[in-house]
Amino acid sequence: MTESQADIVDENAGDDHANDEQIEDHQEHIHVVPGWLLLTVFAVLLFLTFVTVAVTWIDFGRTGNVWIALTIASIKAALVALYFMHLRWDSPFNSVILIAAMFFVALLIGIIVLDTSEYNINFSAPPPTSARPTQ
Amino acid sequence: MSDLLSKQQAAVAKAGDTSAPERDHHHHPHGNVHLAHHFETPEQQFNSAKIGMWVFLATELLMFGGLFCAYAVYRHNHPEVFEFGHTFLNKNLGAINTIFLISSSLTMAWGVRAAQLGARRTLVACLTLTLIGGAAFMVIKTIEYSHKYHENVWFGSGNKFSKIYKPGVVVGPGGGHGSSERPHVLTETEREHAAEVHEQATTTQPTAVIGDPWVDPNAGTGDEAKIKPTQIVPVGLAPRRATPGRHDIKFEDLPQLEKERVATFFNIYFLMTGLHGVHVLVGMALIYWILVRATSPHLHGVIIGIAPLAVAAYLFWLGSLTHGHLTIPGWRTFENGMWWLSSVVALIGVALIVRGVVRARTARRGRGEFGPRYYTPVDLVGLYWHLVDLIWIFLFPLLYLIH
Repeated sequence: MTESQADIVDENAGDDHANDEQIEDHQEHIHVVPGWLLLTVFAVLLFLTFVTVAVTWIDFGRTGNVWIALTIASIKAALVALYFMHLRWDSPFNSVILIAAMFFVALLIGIIVLDTSEYNINFSAPPPTSARPTQ
Repeated sequence: MSDLLSKQQAAVAKAGDTSAPERDHHHHPHGNVHLAHHFETPEQQFNSAKIGMWVFLATELLMFGGLFCAYAVYRHNHPEVFEFGHTFLNKNLGAINTIFLISSSLTMAWGVRAAQLGARRTLVACLTLTLIGGAAFMVIKTIEYSHKYHENVWFGSGNKFSKIYKPGVVVGPGGGHGSSERPHVLTETEREHAAEVHEQATTTQPTAVIGDPWVDPNAGTGDEAKIKPTQIVPVGLAPRRATPGRHDIKFEDLPQLEKERVATFFNIYFLMTGLHGVHVLVGMALIYWILVRATSPHLHGVIIGIAPLAVAAYLFWLGSLTHGHLTIPGWRTFENGMWWLSSVVALIGVALIVRGVVRARTARRGRGEFGPRYYTPVDLVGLYWHLVDLIWIFLFPLLYLIH
């Protein structure tokens, strides 16, 4: 069996091929993501990319489209994090780090947007002019 | 004795000679040359490395979070500016780039899988494909940026909507991508007049706008808003129309005071995509490093020489994009400068390849470093690459798909 054929070997049969001399007893904790799962996630990501473009053809109002786009992006991000980044099978501590970071970003954006709404008038006022127009 | 042996292995590993000891000593209790002495097991070492990488990725998210925050505040306050500004971005190119990044994420994940299974050729193929995906992304990004440059919607003073605009590009005959003239924004008098109207409208609100349902649907009632909307002079804004038009917001449709803010959309666009692009470049460099390590030692020299050739090709192409219209002040044209630079870089690449070929004859042949026993760098670089993909997944709809 050649190395390139190793792809079709699933994780249980992984010991069969030419490099099995490398695999030792303490390596059994390795979790190999099944190939079909990676391909499925990839297909779903492509489909969601199409959906997020297609959804702009429909008008859901000024904020509607933003929230739909953000929801789709979040689903895609979750898929990438869980399967491509292996979080689903990792120690939960890694997920905690990611979720904490996202939580603090959400907190930052949320509170600042709330605050900027309060001062909308000042925010949008033009800078003071030194001279009045002579009309 | 066993300690001595471990030290010898470590020294050999440092010299880049790694595959032989892997084969020779794997029955040794500490046979894994990659296991540092302060870790109990390779598993513990791997998990520690992974947690460290995740902490770093968290800081990356926080850094981009600041930019997303700037984006959110500005879009929240000036939605029309974004609806107008995003019409300058090419949705198709953005979508193609998304597909490139997602595909390269797949090949990276597949590469990690190949390393875990010990399929070294598949690993090399996957890393190469991932690199190609990243390069394709950067090429499309460059095309987009050069369009912006030629259309004078660059950042800073290169943006025709900016108050500090200085026409930098002289568009040659036949090469006109767009007008280089600054659109009529506001003269000084108009600007002050607009400020006055704005001030009056915001200070004398109750009498001035009672009964105008657009400004306040509850005007004059107990539910009247305490804080008034800022744009008192709505000129053809989407929400006002019975059937909101899409993709058709014109510069003239923007409220006077918003016209001056269009340049900020481009600054945000360039800052966010630019920082992301830097991350793509860093990711590509890391993948390249992994790719070299994943191959036989005798091929390292040649493979390292390919990188300067690719960089030279890119620089040459970058120069040709300007068609000689861009001049480096006091020196020569940008195109000419890039020609010289790419020539030098290409010569370095050729020299490295020749050196690699000469040394390949005598160099030791062996396997790449990564296999089921040791694939930490592949995994961690993969995590970084997926994060780059993840950020783009948000950037694409937020910048390209506004309405």
